[in-house]
Amino acid sequence: MAAATIHVDVVSAEESIFSGEAEFVVLPGEVGELGIYPRHTPLITRIKPGAVRIMPAGGGEEQLIFVAGGILEVQPSVVTVLADTAIRGADLDEAKANEALKKAEEARAKAQDKQEIAAVESELAMLAAQLAAIRKLRKR
Amino acid sequence: MPGTKEIRVKIRSVQNTRKITKAMEMVAASKMRKAQERMRMSRPYGEKIRTVAAHISHANPEYRHPFLVERDSVKRVGLIVITTDKGLCGALNTNLLRVALGQYKAWQAEGEEVDVCCIGNKGMGFMQRLGANIVSHAVQIGDRPQMDKLIGTIKVMLDGYTKDRFDRLMIGYTRFINTMKQEPVVEQLLPLSGERMGAPETVWDYLYEPEAKAVLDQVMTRYIEAIIFQAVAENMASEQSARMVAMKAASDNAATLIDELTLVYNKNRQAGITKELSEIVGGAAAV
Repeated sequence: MAAATIHVDVVSAEESIFSGEAEFVVLPGEVGELGIYPRHTPLITRIKPGAVRIMPAGGGEEQLIFVAGGILEVQPSVVTVLADTAIRGADLDEAKANEALKKAEEARAKAQDKQEIAAVESELAMLAAQLAAIRKLRKR
Repeated sequence: MPGTKEIRVKIRSVQNTRKITKAMEMVAASKMRKAQERMRMSRPYGEKIRTVAAHISHANPEYRHPFLVERDSVKRVGLIVITTDKGLCGALNTNLLRVALGQYKAWQAEGEEVDVCCIGNKGMGFMQRLGANIVSHAVQIGDRPQMDKLIGTIKVMLDGYTKDRFDRLMIGYTRFINTMKQEPVVEQLLPLSGERMGAPETVWDYLYEPEAKAVLDQVMTRYIEAIIFQAVAENMASEQSARMVAMKAASDNAATLIDELTLVYNKNRQAGITKELSEIVGGAAAV
């Protein structure tokens, strides 16, 4: 029997958080807490925000990592946690998208204002020039 | 011939400029190292999520995710432009925006409308002047790419794609090759080409919790977000290197200018002394 360990990688978009061998891993799965031993059947699930507990190989101290949700992939010899860097949720993402849309809207309005101001200014300049010309003609 | 005093003032002003450019060069050099480090750190996630995404989509041929389906006709294109927030980084943004503008014009010529998403101030200003339809933007993202600030902006574009507002999504950013070389690229993000994702070596099926479709949807979204995030990180590394190189060139130019001005200044001073001497000698001879 090969050594009963499983390789664990915890990575997020911003950095690699943990990488090493472990005897046992506990994760907060979406439908319930999951305990993964080596040679687990391939599994994919979403995970909830919570703590990932890793028992390192060779009886080291238990590692605790907090993740803000993400995806868990299990293969017989590898566990990969693709952690989110921020707390995510459909509603929260929706709110953020709406906010982004609103900001774009505002920026567009502002840009339009600027364009309008420029148009009015150029019109004003033209009128002023006309006035000046008329005054000159009158003086003659 | 300018007076001695004017030249001295000019030399001092160039010296001050050089001090500033030199300082900016050093700041950029240290930021560059960090930016490159961050760029490397975000790679494993992208790699992992790519293999997972490739795997699930191969294991589930009956469910085709909308991101993978090629559309028959393209009426509207979504373009994500990643630029820097600040200037003083050489021709980095100009090069990218030139490439992007070429594409933009080409799409318009083919009757495709374009919606733009701007990440970074410079691209935002450019697209506003161009009169492009900006649907979302993220500016002032700082020196560290943060997913948190990009989620909303990206979601607007991804929703636009899933809701059939666009039929293609493109991304433009500056690819980091090395410190001296950065390359502007505009490439296709959606629909995902099978080539980009790659095929897994062996195929097995997973247990899915709760179900394959929901998991695949999330994996796909995360995958696209990871690509965009990586592009932002790479753009930041490019920015700092370009700035370092530009500031080094500016410091070198200032040094040459100072040398030339010093030469003129010394010649001028010597000419003044000679003139004064000959006047004294002439005066003495007259007496």
